[in-house]
Amino acid sequence: MSYDALRHAADSWGLVFLGMVFLVLIGWTFRRGASDVHARAKTMIFEPNEFKDDQRG
Amino acid sequence: MHAIFYKSAGWFLAVLLMLTAAGVAADSGFAVHMLILATAAAIMLVVTLRRSDQPPVVADLSHYDDEVIRWGVIATVFWGVVGLLAGVAIASQLAWPLLNLHSEFTSFGRLRPLHTSAVIFAFGGNALIATSFYIVQRTCRARLAFPTLARFVFWGYQLFIVLAATGYIMGVTEAREYAEPEWYVDIWLTIVWVSYLAVYVGTILRRSEPHIYVANWFYLAFIITVAMLHLVNNLSMPVSLVGSKSYSAFAGVQDALVQWWYGHNAVGFFLTAGFLGMMYYFVPKQAERPVYSYRLSILHFWSLIFLYIWAGPHHLHYTALPDWAQTLGMVFSIMLWMPSWGGMINGLMTLNGAWDKIRTDPIIRMMVLALAFYGMSTFEGPMMSIKSVNSLSHYTNWTIGHVHSGALGWNGMITFSALYFMTPRLWNRTRLYSLRLVNWHFWLATLGIVLYTASMWVAGITQGLMWREYGKDGYLVYAFVEVVAAMHPYYIMRVAGGLMYLSGSLVMVWNIGMTIAGKLRAEAPMSSPAHDPARDRPLTPVAAA
Repeated sequence: MSYDALRHAADSWGLVFLGMVFLVLIGWTFRRGASDVHARAKTMIFEPNEFKDDQRG
Repeated sequence: MHAIFYKSAGWFLAVLLMLTAAGVAADSGFAVHMLILATAAAIMLVVTLRRSDQPPVVADLSHYDDEVIRWGVIATVFWGVVGLLAGVAIASQLAWPLLNLHSEFTSFGRLRPLHTSAVIFAFGGNALIATSFYIVQRTCRARLAFPTLARFVFWGYQLFIVLAATGYIMGVTEAREYAEPEWYVDIWLTIVWVSYLAVYVGTILRRSEPHIYVANWFYLAFIITVAMLHLVNNLSMPVSLVGSKSYSAFAGVQDALVQWWYGHNAVGFFLTAGFLGMMYYFVPKQAERPVYSYRLSILHFWSLIFLYIWAGPHHLHYTALPDWAQTLGMVFSIMLWMPSWGGMINGLMTLNGAWDKIRTDPIIRMMVLALAFYGMSTFEGPMMSIKSVNSLSHYTNWTIGHVHSGALGWNGMITFSALYFMTPRLWNRTRLYSLRLVNWHFWLATLGIVLYTASMWVAGITQGLMWREYGKDGYLVYAFVEVVAAMHPYYIMRVAGGLMYLSGSLVMVWNIGMTIAGKLRAEAPMSSPAHDPARDRPLTPVAAA
């Protein structure tokens, strides 16, 4: 691939592709039911452990 | 029995191989490094043989595998002091050049990479390995995968540090900033790093928790990206297979771009993403509150990943690099403002409703200061990447001030607080030896940073303005040496700031050492509600006259 072809690919379809991937990944956190998943995920580190050595929570 | 025989025979052959390589070495640096490797293999041989008559250690599956993490805490503290000491030494050399001691081995040029690598890779790297192993086990509720490999990662990484550090002193260097080690040390680090990835991913795959907690995303991004950066940046051709010299696969401006693509993403993924992994676990745990917004943490993650990788060219403003690439680096740096501040706000707002802990808990105070410095340096960085600002700030001490506000303020403080969090838990102590000493560490470090960054801001802007000052006749007003002389007082102030930061870390050495020894300092608590026994009684009714 020549430098010129790479440059054109990068600032047209490459940019569009990466931009879309980014938007999908961000949009995914706004899907229905995501809030419940997030609420569970962020409190998960406080749940009691089945292993013993983290007794203080 | 056979296994022991083959293992020790293997180590013995390794010793012979390294000694042979030292014998036929093309230069003395390579010979010294092969002797170091032979020593390491000899130590492994002795350890293997001594263990041969001992019963195999049975892992206690009801506990997390914390042995490597305990080693990592000690290594982090040790290398932290070494790196800071080297920093104070080279800062003093800039103020008093006599301290170069007229020896090539102690000259600024050789000690400077020793300082940067010691604090970034030895102190920061050990902290990242230890905390990542701590967090991945607890958030996945699973023991470390491949325990032997995890121990290899730790000791292999220490060997890498020793090879790198001794190389710098001997002048063995690729002269690529933050990637100075030569080709054979690079290969060794690649092996260690791939093992690290295997242990980390293996543990995630063994998890008994459906969701992978966001801290692990940051750690995984750090491990994978650093692997990629390391491989591309260090592509080089050795002059001899038994010599320490190699030449880069790239040349000219391409080489410069690869170096700063590496260099900036070392900041972005080693010093930012990895340490954010610490932040997203230890700040909520210490505050006993979940992170402010989990969605924001995911936005923070993806935005950093998508933006950081393009920001490197801002290190090459006004060079032979194509103009569009410089502008691209600048624009992506400015866009980084958003996720960085989003992340800082996310961390700080985790304390929402518990702000009093900043007053009562010195570990929380350290974390808040770390987040504040994360915010400040990620504000300053994009500003300095703007071309017109960069034309003033580049090559001056302002850059040094900026780097240290990030490194001492953000990386240092978040690491210290993580060490204070982990130590009592790892050694099963009721608490730290002393919370008041944490408070001392906090203030010594904070005042040290203030002195350091403030002096470097003034020095840098002074330097930049003096360099560009033209007289009426079109000649530069100041000779270079006049600018150097003008820096002298600021260099002394910086040494003072560095000494304060170093003494704070010595307080930590004492505190963590005594905690490990199982001592508890008898001391008054940091705060207690006011109580006056004299007034704690009923009002007596006034007797009738």
